Amino acid sequence: MLYRETGQFKTSYQADQAIFPIAQDRWFIFGIIAIAVFVVPFLIDDYGANAVLLPFLVYAMAAIGLNILTGYCGQLSLGTGGFMAVGAYSTYKLFTAFPDLNLIVIVILSGLITAAVGVLFGLPSLRIKGFYLAVATLASQFFLVWMFNKFGWFYNYNMTGMINMPASTMFGLQLTGPGAHPAVRYLFCLGFVLVFALVAKNIVRGRLGREWMAIRDMDIAAEIIGIRPLYAKLSAFAVSSFYVGMAGALYFGIWLSSAEPVEAFDINQSFLVLFMIIIGGLGSIMGSFLGAAFIVLMPLVLKNFMVDGLDIAVVTAKHVEIITMGMLIIFFLIVEPHGLARLWTIAKEKLRLWPFPH
Amino acid sequence: MDWLFLTETIISGLMAGVMYSLVALGFVLIFKASGIFNFAQGVMALFAALALYDFLAPEGWFNQLFGFTLPVPIAIVATAGVMVILAWLIERLVLRYLINQEGIILFMATIGLAYVLEGTGDLLFGSDVKPLDIGIPQGAWDYLLDTHGLYIEKLEIFAAITAAILVTVLAIFFQKTRIGRALRAVADDHQAALSVGISLRAIWVIVWAVAGFVALVAGIMWGSKSGVQFSLSLIALKALPVLILGGFTSVPGAIVGGLIIGVGEKLAEIYVGPMVGGAIENWFAYMLALAFLLFRPQGLFGEKIIERV
Amino acid sequence: MRGCTAATTTSRGEGEKMKFAKLTKVALAAAVVAPMLSATVLADLKVPSMDYRTGPYAPNGIPFANGYSDYLSLLNERDGGIEGVKIVNPSCETAYNTKQGVECYEKLKDGALVFQPLSTGITYQLIPRTIVDKVPVYSMGYGRTSAANGKIFPYVFNFPATYWSQATALVQYIADQEGGMDKLKGKKIYLVHHNSAYGKEPIRTLESMAAKYGFTYRSLPVDHPGQEQKATWLQIRREKPDWVLMWGWGVMNQVAVKEAASIRFPMDHFIGVWWSGSENDVLPAGDAADGYLSGAFHAAGAGFPVHADIKKHVYGNGKGKGEIDRVGEVLYNRGMVAAMWTTEAIRNAMKIHGTKDVTGEMVRDGFETLKVDEARLAELGMKDFTYGIQITCENHEGPGKVAVQQWDAKAKKWSMVSKFYEPLRDITGPLIAEDSAAFAKENNITPRDCN
Repeated sequence: MLYRETGQFKTSYQADQAIFPIAQDRWFIFGIIAIAVFVVPFLIDDYGANAVLLPFLVYAMAAIGLNILTGYCGQLSLGTGGFMAVGAYSTYKLFTAFPDLNLIVIVILSGLITAAVGVLFGLPSLRIKGFYLAVATLASQFFLVWMFNKFGWFYNYNMTGMINMPASTMFGLQLTGPGAHPAVRYLFCLGFVLVFALVAKNIVRGRLGREWMAIRDMDIAAEIIGIRPLYAKLSAFAVSSFYVGMAGALYFGIWLSSAEPVEAFDINQSFLVLFMIIIGGLGSIMGSFLGAAFIVLMPLVLKNFMVDGLDIAVVTAKHVEIITMGMLIIFFLIVEPHGLARLWTIAKEKLRLWPFPH
Repeated sequence: MDWLFLTETIISGLMAGVMYSLVALGFVLIFKASGIFNFAQGVMALFAALALYDFLAPEGWFNQLFGFTLPVPIAIVATAGVMVILAWLIERLVLRYLINQEGIILFMATIGLAYVLEGTGDLLFGSDVKPLDIGIPQGAWDYLLDTHGLYIEKLEIFAAITAAILVTVLAIFFQKTRIGRALRAVADDHQAALSVGISLRAIWVIVWAVAGFVALVAGIMWGSKSGVQFSLSLIALKALPVLILGGFTSVPGAIVGGLIIGVGEKLAEIYVGPMVGGAIENWFAYMLALAFLLFRPQGLFGEKIIERV
Repeated sequence: MRGCTAATTTSRGEGEKMKFAKLTKVALAAAVVAPMLSATVLADLKVPSMDYRTGPYAPNGIPFANGYSDYLSLLNERDGGIEGVKIVNPSCETAYNTKQGVECYEKLKDGALVFQPLSTGITYQLIPRTIVDKVPVYSMGYGRTSAANGKIFPYVFNFPATYWSQATALVQYIADQEGGMDKLKGKKIYLVHHNSAYGKEPIRTLESMAAKYGFTYRSLPVDHPGQEQKATWLQIRREKPDWVLMWGWGVMNQVAVKEAASIRFPMDHFIGVWWSGSENDVLPAGDAADGYLSGAFHAAGAGFPVHADIKKHVYGNGKGKGEIDRVGEVLYNRGMVAAMWTTEAIRNAMKIHGTKDVTGEMVRDGFETLKVDEARLAELGMKDFTYGIQITCENHEGPGKVAVQQWDAKAKKWSMVSKFYEPLRDITGPLIAEDSAAFAKENNITPRDCN
């Protein structure tokens, strides 16, 4: 009844190809963004920022990046953790070398550096495919983490190899370091994620995105119709790593503000982001957000519910949480292998006809 | 050049490689028969070792329920039984609903499975380190060390012999038995196998049960080495380079791959490691596998990937 | 969102209706992921635990967490708390993972008096935050070593001894066995370490000492988790160092002890850090581990009066967290001694501020003027369990003394085999000054005046 497109006429191609061609969708998304920008900053506290919203935004960014590579271009990668480390260490090195540089510039530069590294490690994809590629990308994961842990230059030769984000301000507000207001940090991340999600959406709808999808669906066929696999695959690695690198920069710079390569960027990080895009929906920007929300929030909800609500011992709750997460993953894959984004689309389809079944 | 030491390094590398192969074998079996990249293989090894320990230990559930513990051989058979039940449950509750899905979805499902097994294992058996001693000889082989100054670990020789027996048994099972032939048929072509009356579901249960048994062997070897504990599940990461080097679909590949990776990483760590600060083993194994893949994208013994438009 | 701290304890036993109301409320709150704090009745002392009872390092985390909680329960059961004020001990599972640790900290920090983060990574996370939140962090012997400098790290305490002090103590022990510091010249001392921030801690100290005393030093990193160390031990077999030190953790310890035994490295020349010296680390190796050494700053075993009290008052009342026969394990005792110093600091805070309603800031003062001498230890039922300490404004590390203990595989028992060594402050002092100055510079901190 409410969600109907009857009467919404498009008079230009531009209007027809809008990201949200249906007015209700548009208003819904604008509403959410408005709440995120104008309401949430006034409600946010340390817990909300550090345990819920910052992880969500950082992982959403990483998930968009991996989704470009895996969901749109079909190249399975398990090197996300390593690429996030590149972003984080670039931020650290740039920031300690040029303390006066604006943090926005630093995050983008970190993304670009990661993109370059990503292209380098993307080269084997020209020859190796599928799970073989997935395991091969682990080489980059292990190598990068080892490198950051080993060479003192990356952590400014301090004694333990931990990197710490120094305090800094932007527009007179403290952004990093102790005492930064959670709302400032949140808005900084939110700004990045919103802008670059929009950019990603437009890239994947454009020529480049179509090339990637052609490669994903069948690379030999794509090659025959004139798509250069070298260019398409490496550009996917570059753009994907750019996003993942920025996610790494925000992860270290804004969210955690100190990191140790072995633990913060380990292989579980790579798996986590992969879960997000599979659960959220491969080949969907929206899915990246849904997946990140699911993987970040679900354990917290389960944990808080069991520990505080049901008074289950903390350790038992943790085991049950792990088991439940596993079951939920399997359950969602069985119910809808195309992820939460697909469920979202189905829900919209149904809503269009509601209250009639057909 | 210290030749004795080089020999020692190579032998140790070969032995370590066999230990990796034991884990990789389980991956291969399942991938071959169902196209599933079973990430839960490491956790299955942990789960099997935990179950085995439970049958043997005085503080285990089994003793508390029935008032006695099992002797080692019977306990191993009982654990194999547990793995068969597990395989049946996995087929019944998970795989049955995921037929014809893409590889990545199935892969993801096995990760979910790994979570479930990991949590269940901890919940049932606790998280302490459990020393697993089922009478496998351990320590250096004294005779060789005393007479020739050559250091070889007894546990690893035992593991190598076990692996040899295991591969022989698997080969006979695949080549000579009715079920084995059915397995190979399924591996070649699911639909063709179905059309000649082979039950895909039954085959999957069998394959997962066999993989569970291989996981048990791997769990025993690694558990004897370091005690049974959560970290046992992480050996899967050591098996992955072996897997891609040898090829996802080849049993001999898993063995040869393991040997190459084992020797390669030990030589690298000992002769190259000191120059760059050490601990290069982990990524070197992957890089080595990657180097092989650049020449043979399907692994050394993998089936050639044929693509048609 | 912060409002729903529903009085958990008060509602207990007020009938099903209350419970149901609470459940629905909590379920609603959980749905929006509200931070909830369990049971903070006013004036209770909130001493949270950040445990790790799951994940790869759980075997080490469990006994520590049990010891910590059991000692707090002992005070509640036997003495009615600290000076009559009950202690509440909400716990949160970190799985030794930094991100989960941050979540736990944010969840528990309201009203918390002190944090024991139990992980190097989490400690680094919390150090900057505590300055703002005004909650002290007590990272007992781990975390950031240079936090020993109280002028720059007012909210962090790492007594009784840091890794760097320990490294100097272990080298002194080696010198004693060799017959004096001058005999170290030309000896080979190798370090096998976990390839992480924690494992890399002693490197600089050992390098400085190698330069000063003329021994050959080399570090052999082992990657997490460390199940396969053949290459490391083959190198040790080839190069035959006189002594091997180990900074290991988790499964790495068990494998290293076994490998060392296999290559017939003399166990009494193999010394682990205090985190590599628990029952868990040596039991899987069986008899082969006999004679293995490790650092320690407290005794092992359950033979002290405090253990009898814990068995009687805590386990006797069914409040024990673990199994009664595991009371007295090395890591259990470590958790217990951590709780002892923590509660003594709270007691001290009550005394100097003259109130029973203490805050995190007051407890910080309590830590900074903490003095637990031998006489007080005897009163607490811990005579000769550890040594007396005194903390000052400049020195948050305290005495920094470390002894060496040895494993007896026949009796399955650890026992002290050396005196407590004073740290070589001429080695560690400059390193601490350098590292803490770097932190101060990064974060624009002016060192405070301690006079």
